[in-house]
Amino acid sequence: MLSSIQNPRLLRLSTLHQIPLRCLQTSTTPVPTPSSPQPTSQILRIRKSLLSRETTAVEIAKTFLSRLRRTEPQLKSFLYVSPEDAVLKQAEEIDRRIQNNEELGPLAGVLAGVKDNICTSDMPSTAGSKILENYTPPYDATAVKKLRENGAIIVGKTNLDEFGMGSTTEASGYQVTANPWDLSRVPGGSSGGSAAAVSAQQCAVSLGTDTGGSVRQPASFCGVVGLKPTYGRVSRYGLVAYASSLDVIGCLGSSVADTGIVLQAVSGHDKFDATSSKQGIPNFASQFIPKDYLDSKPLKGLRVGVIRETLVDGVDPDVISSLQRSVSHLEDLGCTISEVSFPSFSLGLPAYYILASSESSSNLARYDGVRFGNQVFADELSTLYGDSRAEGFGSEVKLRILMGTYALSAGYYDAYYKRAQQVRTLVQKSFRAALEENDVLISPAAPSVAYKIGEKKNDPLAMYAGDIMTVNVNLAGLPALVLPCGFVEEGSSVLPVGLQMIGAAFDEESLLKIGHIFEQTLQGYSFVPPLVGDDF
Amino acid sequence: MALTFFRGIKTCPLVHYPSAYFARKNGFFYCTMGSTQTQFATQEKQQSGDSKVVPKTYRKSPDKLLKDYEAIIGIETHVQLNTSTKAFCGCPYSYGAQPNTSICPVCMGLPGALPVLNSKVVEYAVKLGLALNCKLSMDSKFDRKQYFYPDLPKGYQISQFDVPIASGGYVDVDLPVEFGGGHRKFGITRVHMEEDAGKLLHTGTGNYSQVDLNRAGVPLLEIVSEPDMRTGIEAAEYAAELQRLVRYLGVSNGNMQEGSLRCDVNISIRPIGQQEFGTKVEIKNLNSFSSVSRAIDFEISRQVQLHSQGQADQIVQETRLWEEGAQKTITMRKKEGLSDYRYFPEPDLPGVTLTEEYLDGIRSSLPELPEIKRRRYENMGLSMQDVLFLANDINVAEFFDATIASAADIKLAANWIMGDIAAYMKNEKLSISEIKLTPLELGELIASIKGGTISGKIGKEILFELMAKGGTVQGLIKEKDLVQIVDRSEIEKMVDKVLAGNPEQLKQYRGGKTKLQGYFAGQVMKSSKGKANPKLLNQILLEKLNTET
Repeated sequence: MLSSIQNPRLLRLSTLHQIPLRCLQTSTTPVPTPSSPQPTSQILRIRKSLLSRETTAVEIAKTFLSRLRRTEPQLKSFLYVSPEDAVLKQAEEIDRRIQNNEELGPLAGVLAGVKDNICTSDMPSTAGSKILENYTPPYDATAVKKLRENGAIIVGKTNLDEFGMGSTTEASGYQVTANPWDLSRVPGGSSGGSAAAVSAQQCAVSLGTDTGGSVRQPASFCGVVGLKPTYGRVSRYGLVAYASSLDVIGCLGSSVADTGIVLQAVSGHDKFDATSSKQGIPNFASQFIPKDYLDSKPLKGLRVGVIRETLVDGVDPDVISSLQRSVSHLEDLGCTISEVSFPSFSLGLPAYYILASSESSSNLARYDGVRFGNQVFADELSTLYGDSRAEGFGSEVKLRILMGTYALSAGYYDAYYKRAQQVRTLVQKSFRAALEENDVLISPAAPSVAYKIGEKKNDPLAMYAGDIMTVNVNLAGLPALVLPCGFVEEGSSVLPVGLQMIGAAFDEESLLKIGHIFEQTLQGYSFVPPLVGDDF
Repeated sequence: MALTFFRGIKTCPLVHYPSAYFARKNGFFYCTMGSTQTQFATQEKQQSGDSKVVPKTYRKSPDKLLKDYEAIIGIETHVQLNTSTKAFCGCPYSYGAQPNTSICPVCMGLPGALPVLNSKVVEYAVKLGLALNCKLSMDSKFDRKQYFYPDLPKGYQISQFDVPIASGGYVDVDLPVEFGGGHRKFGITRVHMEEDAGKLLHTGTGNYSQVDLNRAGVPLLEIVSEPDMRTGIEAAEYAAELQRLVRYLGVSNGNMQEGSLRCDVNISIRPIGQQEFGTKVEIKNLNSFSSVSRAIDFEISRQVQLHSQGQADQIVQETRLWEEGAQKTITMRKKEGLSDYRYFPEPDLPGVTLTEEYLDGIRSSLPELPEIKRRRYENMGLSMQDVLFLANDINVAEFFDATIASAADIKLAANWIMGDIAAYMKNEKLSISEIKLTPLELGELIASIKGGTISGKIGKEILFELMAKGGTVQGLIKEKDLVQIVDRSEIEKMVDKVLAGNPEQLKQYRGGKTKLQGYFAGQVMKSSKGKANPKLLNQILLEKLNTET
């Protein structure tokens, strides 16, 4: 039921206009028209227009800020927006550097949103929890520090499910973010604010975090590109921990190139994170070959495995047909398609919820009202603890702390935590085997498109089941890219569908290459939501 | 600043390792228990004995009573490592610093902060593991031990649970001669790495408490012994040997008052011959070796009294505090079953992998350990008293070794160090590295006396000068013109002079009052300003006294 062609909002075809890669070095190529049907890199566009002096960083910042102000009352993607003068001051500094022909960072003038569970020293960082209300950390997360060093301007902190525990942003301690494609629907989660903000162009790119799919599922729901890097690729220092062995900082953008450029900026070993990898970082930008330079079968010989267990009952038939069309498209690009079976696939979900809850029950022990955050006055210690936590945590968080505490308790550890770890090993083995046979594996990013706000709020199990496509990837620590591949009509709304590509550990390069070619050759779709309007 | 350190919930890995207590069958040794605390035992017995129907054993004297029982003692020791920074962050630690002046996001447990292991902690753990003859785990890991307490910022302590870095070792101990001496071997169950917690500061009014996190995250090694000790003295000596070891290795200052070395004792008693163990009691707040010894002896008496009066059920599993003032243990808290610390592997830290090369490197850097040193000294022919004294402090031992390396007489070197030098250090409150005397000069001094260049008396004088001001033996001898007179004719002249100057005494001597020899000798020595060789002097004096001219 692919009906997007009939939707006039999605038909803004004009001449194909690509930004050649070289624009990173040169500023002579003309700026593409903004309504290019193929997703264009916001980052490269901004860079080009700055270097060509066509516009200024201040102008760009003002455009984003005014769109943010216009759309934010409906969307509520931000928990905190940087004061305008603070943003403009940073933009002015960039303009000054351009004036003086000083060197510019790769993200100069790029407005970035940062998920509120990533620490910023100049803005509150609540992780969406009342227990951290008004808490401003004394330090920047390494990823934020790197964004700033690369010239990005942090425009604000995006909404999320409390501590990343949720798939809709409904579990935020503060507000529910709306989906830019249909305001009555959820943007996905937990990085719902980051995905909605990029989708509605409130900022050019954003950082999210992905513990069980929290970057990829909202990317799918909001029609943006979401990249979950390999575990250890990006430092977790300053990421408010949910489940330490699964948490990854990811990138969201409106094109594959944008997520790759942001990943380039934030990757690398960090002496403050013992689990960050010393693996070398390739130049991801070299994968973003302009469409005009591609031959007719640019992905010839590439082996793509379709995960059979992701196209079964329980998955929206429209999502399945979108995926099947993506498979055909990949075939057209020269890929060899085969089917891969994961007997352990369905075990991943319960294993994930046991491990993530167990780790979170431990990670959240520090919110005791003693040193920071919400403190309830009490006469004795146990009441101070109990009341501060009872008042500060939301119900989803309490649920997971209880589950995790139970799973780690004496007498239950072997039955739950230990077995879940065994499943994890099994999942890792299955992926390793499948990725020896295939270069990438593909699946839908989520079993459905964005659902209505409130629809699954009281049915946690149904909501957890929505993570089936993504959690296995976290258990295996692998990189995965989600990019929009089609639309599904739901009543009066047209909602984007996301395609997930899973790669071998530390091979984000292949994912970016394939994703970029897929995106640049996909005909007939524009993933700009109606809310953004014509000023984009 | 009145500091009360009181951690409500405390490490007790033995609880998780009940097998540790059963790993060894009978202990190695049966010792007569010390009876230094029998007074207290007697008092308690009298108090509680009045209203009870007491069994026959009551009639036995306390000493006899104790002989029917044996105590099973195990010790958990926490050693604070003297690394320049904390275990998982770059903060330094110095004891007694202003509260919360040495903290960062990591050791405060702020959201988003992550631990990164200080490699020195592993190095020190391996050193101690090797020194305790342990088997090292080539692959160990960290775990989280979870409990809530305000001095524990993260809500969990990073520790090691099921795979400690070192396990299955032993330590050799020589008991002090004054306690009967003897050699003992005590098993080491395990050594693991963990982080310390902060401290609570209780205000004078008692209305609220404050948290000082300076100590939070400071690296500790926890050493768990096998339940191999039987007396307070054995336990105290075990602890003292650990202190010697960590000081020899340079991994900790081992200071018990500052809490750099903390001992928690587990103790139970059983009638001799009984196979199963009695109920175990834990004792805390032991701030010196003597309190370890006295607390155990008290506790043994207490438990034996209860047991012998048919009140064994009143020995309950609990934690007791040693009260230094009252010289007794009191209940701190009763155990309500086992605490569930919900251990699980620390996901923020990769596993700790050791290589053979790494171990070899550390092995070859180890100093000569106390036990080996003691055996070497013993083989040199030194008495056990001397051996224990010299090997007790690595600096003293090194001083001694350096002295005898310059071919000085072993026994003389030991005597000088244990006698005048030790006394001087004690009076001046100096350590051996702080006195100005060098081992080389001590060797020179000994050689000068032995060779007859100076007398022993003058040697002593020079020694004090050397310790206080430094300098060389040769220089001082020259400077003060202290060379012993060994020239026979010179001494003869002096003797003649003295004899000539004391005709009355000479007459008395020759009349039979031979005691006066001492008087003459003194006079001659005086006239030589102490430099005359005493042996020669006496020889000449006797000759002259007994030869009538």
